[in-house]
Amino acid sequence: MADNFGSKRIVVGAHYGMRDWLSQRVTATLMALFTIAVIVQVLLPGEMGYDKWAGMFSRQWMKVLTFVVIVSLLVHVWVGMRDIWMDYVKPVAVRLVLQVFTLVWLVGCAGWAVQVLWRL
Amino acid sequence: MAQTLKSRPVYRNIHITDLRHYRLPPAGIVSILHRVSGATMFLLMPFIIWMFDTSLSSEISYSQFTAVFVGGAGFVPGWFFKLVALALIWAYLHHFIAGVRHLWMDATHAVTKEFGHSSALFTLIASVLLTLVLGTKLFLS
Repeated sequence: MADNFGSKRIVVGAHYGMRDWLSQRVTATLMALFTIAVIVQVLLPGEMGYDKWAGMFSRQWMKVLTFVVIVSLLVHVWVGMRDIWMDYVKPVAVRLVLQVFTLVWLVGCAGWAVQVLWRL
Repeated sequence: MAQTLKSRPVYRNIHITDLRHYRLPPAGIVSILHRVSGATMFLLMPFIIWMFDTSLSSEISYSQFTAVFVGGAGFVPGWFFKLVALALIWAYLHHFIAGVRHLWMDATHAVTKEFGHSSALFTLIASVLLTLVLGTKLFLS
């Protein structure tokens, strides 16, 4: 392990990138389930308005699911945006700036979303 | 041998100005739109969370949320917010259907050329049709 960094870092071989690939699919599945849960509840009888909408998110299981989806979104979008920057932006300095911007943007958005959820 | 290698024509069509000459198959269009839709939602994320916040926090904020799409906010008219929402609806639908297509292909190893073609066409058509349906509801009711 001592010489597995810098220019000697191993960047090829089995499982390299597997974690990102898998986490993107697991988070995608969770968000798809959330989407279906929201659509089903919207289509349930009752006129759409604040009471119905806020009522959906007042149930404990929905709050837990929404929290899981916010965290999933953070991971999913990080992997996706990082892929985009790695493919199209070659200068290291520009890529680093864009990746840091992505992280700050995402953590900020996730924090705001959790804050909204916390108040309900 | 070296002579034949030298005389081979080399195509370097990867410059950004070559973009408009690309002729992508449906699966290629789905792929690049998957990225475009994902990046769009990433950039509009504060707007999405603003909608999440105002629509849920209280009845007063809920009425402010709906008012923005009718009367606008500041110098920005209401129809513009509806247009942004419509763009997000398309982005979400495309990303969702293309994502399910991905998961399906990963899970079943559905890698035939025919399935790739037909499922790509389905993704493009279904996402646009559903966007039109929801867009009609958004703008006409």
